[in-house]
Amino acid sequence: MAVTRRQFMTVSAAGLAASSVGALGFVGAGDALAAGVRPFKLERATETRNACPYCAVACGVLVYSLGDKSKNAKSSIIHVEGDPDHPVNRGTLCARGAASLGYIHSANRLKYPMHRKPGTDKFERVSWDFAMERIAKLMKEDRDKNFIAKNRDGVTVNRWLSTGFFGGSSLSNEAGYLTYKFVRSTGILGFEDQARI
Amino acid sequence: MTNSWNDIKNTDLVLIMGGNAAEAHPCGFKWVTEAKANNGAKLIVVDPRFTRSAAVADVYAPIRPGTDIAFLAGVMRYLLSNNKIHQEYVKAFTNAAFIVKEGFAFNDGLFAGFDADRKAYADRSTWDYELDEQGMAKVDETLQNPRCAINLLKAHVERYTPEMVERITGTPKAKFLQICEMIATTSVPDRTMTSMYALGWTQHTTGAQNIRSMAMIQLLLGNMGMPGGGVNALRGHSNVQGITDLALLSTSTPGYLVLPNDREATYADYMKPRAFKPLRPGQTSYWQNYEKFFVSQQKALFGTAATKDNDWAYDYLPKFDTSYDVLKMVDMMAAGQMNGLFCQGLNIMLASPDKTKVMTGLAKLKWMVVIDPLETETARFWENHGEFNNVDPKSIQTEIIQLPASAYAEEEGSATNSSRVIMWHWKAADGPGESRSDIEIVSDLHLRLKALYAKDGGAFPDPIVKLTWNYTRPRHPDPAEVLKEMNGYALEDLPDPADPGKVLLRAGQLLPSFALMRADGKTSGGIWIYTGVYTEAGNMSMRRDASDPTGLGIYPKWGFSWPANRRVLYNRASADPSGKPWSERKKYVWWNGSRWTGGDVPDYAPTVAPDKAVGPFIMNQEGTARLFARAAMPDGPFPEHYEPMDAYIANPLHPKVSTNPVVRVFAADAKSFGTPDKFPIVATSYRLAEHFHYWTKNVHDNAVLQPELFVEMGERLAKAKDIQNGDWVEISSQRGAIKAKACVTKRIRPIMVDGKPCDVLGLPIHYGFIGFARKAHPMNVLTPSVGDASVNTPEYKAFLVDVKKTTPPAQPAVA
Repeated sequence: MAVTRRQFMTVSAAGLAASSVGALGFVGAGDALAAGVRPFKLERATETRNACPYCAVACGVLVYSLGDKSKNAKSSIIHVEGDPDHPVNRGTLCARGAASLGYIHSANRLKYPMHRKPGTDKFERVSWDFAMERIAKLMKEDRDKNFIAKNRDGVTVNRWLSTGFFGGSSLSNEAGYLTYKFVRSTGILGFEDQARI
Repeated sequence: MTNSWNDIKNTDLVLIMGGNAAEAHPCGFKWVTEAKANNGAKLIVVDPRFTRSAAVADVYAPIRPGTDIAFLAGVMRYLLSNNKIHQEYVKAFTNAAFIVKEGFAFNDGLFAGFDADRKAYADRSTWDYELDEQGMAKVDETLQNPRCAINLLKAHVERYTPEMVERITGTPKAKFLQICEMIATTSVPDRTMTSMYALGWTQHTTGAQNIRSMAMIQLLLGNMGMPGGGVNALRGHSNVQGITDLALLSTSTPGYLVLPNDREATYADYMKPRAFKPLRPGQTSYWQNYEKFFVSQQKALFGTAATKDNDWAYDYLPKFDTSYDVLKMVDMMAAGQMNGLFCQGLNIMLASPDKTKVMTGLAKLKWMVVIDPLETETARFWENHGEFNNVDPKSIQTEIIQLPASAYAEEEGSATNSSRVIMWHWKAADGPGESRSDIEIVSDLHLRLKALYAKDGGAFPDPIVKLTWNYTRPRHPDPAEVLKEMNGYALEDLPDPADPGKVLLRAGQLLPSFALMRADGKTSGGIWIYTGVYTEAGNMSMRRDASDPTGLGIYPKWGFSWPANRRVLYNRASADPSGKPWSERKKYVWWNGSRWTGGDVPDYAPTVAPDKAVGPFIMNQEGTARLFARAAMPDGPFPEHYEPMDAYIANPLHPKVSTNPVVRVFAADAKSFGTPDKFPIVATSYRLAEHFHYWTKNVHDNAVLQPELFVEMGERLAKAKDIQNGDWVEISSQRGAIKAKACVTKRIRPIMVDGKPCDVLGLPIHYGFIGFARKAHPMNVLTPSVGDASVNTPEYKAFLVDVKKTTPPAQPAVA
């Protein structure tokens, strides 16, 4: 049977009352003690298995979030710790992984699409639709203008060199594969990630 | 890694050189501790700095940055001249006995075939074996022929005497010999050494050859394919292994296939050099299946638009005339040859060397899209941050769109760790604000571009319009659905070639193995090496059975290790030619009389008997591993010591060819290299235990733990320059100058190089002008824009600087 901390305190209080302590007039002390203990937060949290975002040991982590995942409730991550079942890290995390909750909630996390116009000194908030439409337009303009269908010897080369794409080595495999498909289909050859550097 | 994190516990000797696992990979380093505590293993650390890995080593040796090949070639000389090699393994499993062509030579720092005008080995035809009339490589099993690969190797490394090693590397001769003796103890069949390396080996103009040197040592010792052996890359980002496998790289396609180049005008031209016929009788030469993997990939990418008649949509792929790697792209940007750039989770302004050049390039772009969970210097390169980024926004015309991406714990999918194990992770919460997953962002962009080309036409719309995107939710594909596409499936019923009445797989069923892939368009699969990760039995990357039946740390039912769930590569070599384990103590995979068996998936055809003499290195045409690399490397079939581009001394081996002769130097950088008369100190860059790259300066706890940039220097240098601990100093190179606080330590001591004391200093890479750590000059102001001759990884680990006392930065140092 799983015993929560609150249940444990209540049971202890019952035991206390039945003991000689109760006979001495301290009945109720255990209840008061139990009422004074804050509920253990992780008890109500949802446990999700993930992997540390930093180095390629890729330690298993347990991510704890609050929120019952109902339609209009947003989950919030409150705790991260090493996954004791994971064969590589066996529950441990280093100074980076152990502080990774701070990465999730960093005040420097980006929240909205932003746009900086040429020559200005600030970012302005824009909608996703504006941003994506603008990028698609910029891509198509540059590609249509600078696409190289054949090289000087007349060989079909179908490449686009005037735009480049640096991909991230922290993407999931699936995001990486879709990025590969998207970028390769345009003919971009300047396509790299941290593996090179 | 050829082996795995857990496998390190099986070793008898750990050599950490070119890395610092205790600080950079702490939870992987625990397996070194395990090997020391429970397997009697010893730890050797070779590093310019006395790191925390060194602090728990049995033997530590200092080395001058950029001289690893001199050290490792010296080890090879020691092993060969003292007969401390695993004779039977070397003879049977390497190309030691293969006879190299007559014309091959090495003189005064140059291999045969060098073209001085092109700065390249234009003619590498002699870097190969003598062939007989059947096209098979000639061998001399007696090893008497002076042109046997092993005899050429002996002659090549003969110059690397312990005295020469000390003169070049600064490692004291006695220490070097002590390490050689320890390494030599693993040449017996029941002992193994593991090599753990990271960017300390890759970030040099001889990076790939550094690693090759260690592979050769492990072959000489018989440590490849063995438990507790191998050459183990400790990789950086959490999924850099997966992203490498998936080829987010200029000239590659997923699964280590190669993009076509300009000389391969037709599909037939492309396939011709990829026939990979065996070079010895009866060898596997597994790359003979190249076309099956390539065609299946084209079917995954282009579906019904890839047909036999259009050569599987061969022209939908771009052809390359040269490598458009990171350094090349930055050079093109700085020359005004690029208009647009995407930075998806890569902070190029700090990640690429020569910050001034990167800045120049970014400012010449018309537009840049930054997709990242965090603020980055790249997204704000146009912003004035005082002396740390002294720019005028008005003069920078680059339009920037910054998109918020979700991060770790906010998405689900698989990732591949350094051990090649693909593991699933689950989503815990949504990202902040309006952030979106990378999958959603890329899908949205592709679909918009596709719609524009479908509607308006434009330059060669076909590959965009016909790219498969047939996911249930095209704007937000389910990662499980994507992983199935990567794994591959049958497009038609696949009959059993052995029994035509039988069907191996029905149309639509997932492929259990890449062995079922076909070159006739009947199978689809995005990345052949991942096949088996998602089968009809389910998503193997989700497996979490932590049982380890052999006790060897194999964990065969935890996730899925590519290829084919194999945990140790080349493991057939753990048994002798007759199929018996080399030793009972290192028993791993063996022949039981009817098939190969053991705790791991054999890296071999499971029922091919040992008397067929099929070599264990099944990917190679020879069936053996290569002591002599043939023409596979652009800078030589044997490793050779060359000085870093910022050369501290003239190369004592061949002063006229001091640096790697085939390194690519851009015209714009011709004068960017420093000389020791102006910059007499050797610098190296490194990572701190408390920070990850440029991310964690955005994390409060980490910023508190290591709040500001410092420069680590030895007491002798500090005294000579009148620098006290905590003083502000200026560090300058031929590229520029930065300020940092001095950290005067005993961890770096001068070493004697070429008869003179050599001072070394170290700089952590993590700081910039964004985040909660103190603002700092990015240290990549100092590093040279030049890369490895093989793969163009920048030379961050060895460059020349000077240092002097200075005043604090003018701007308040709090971000």
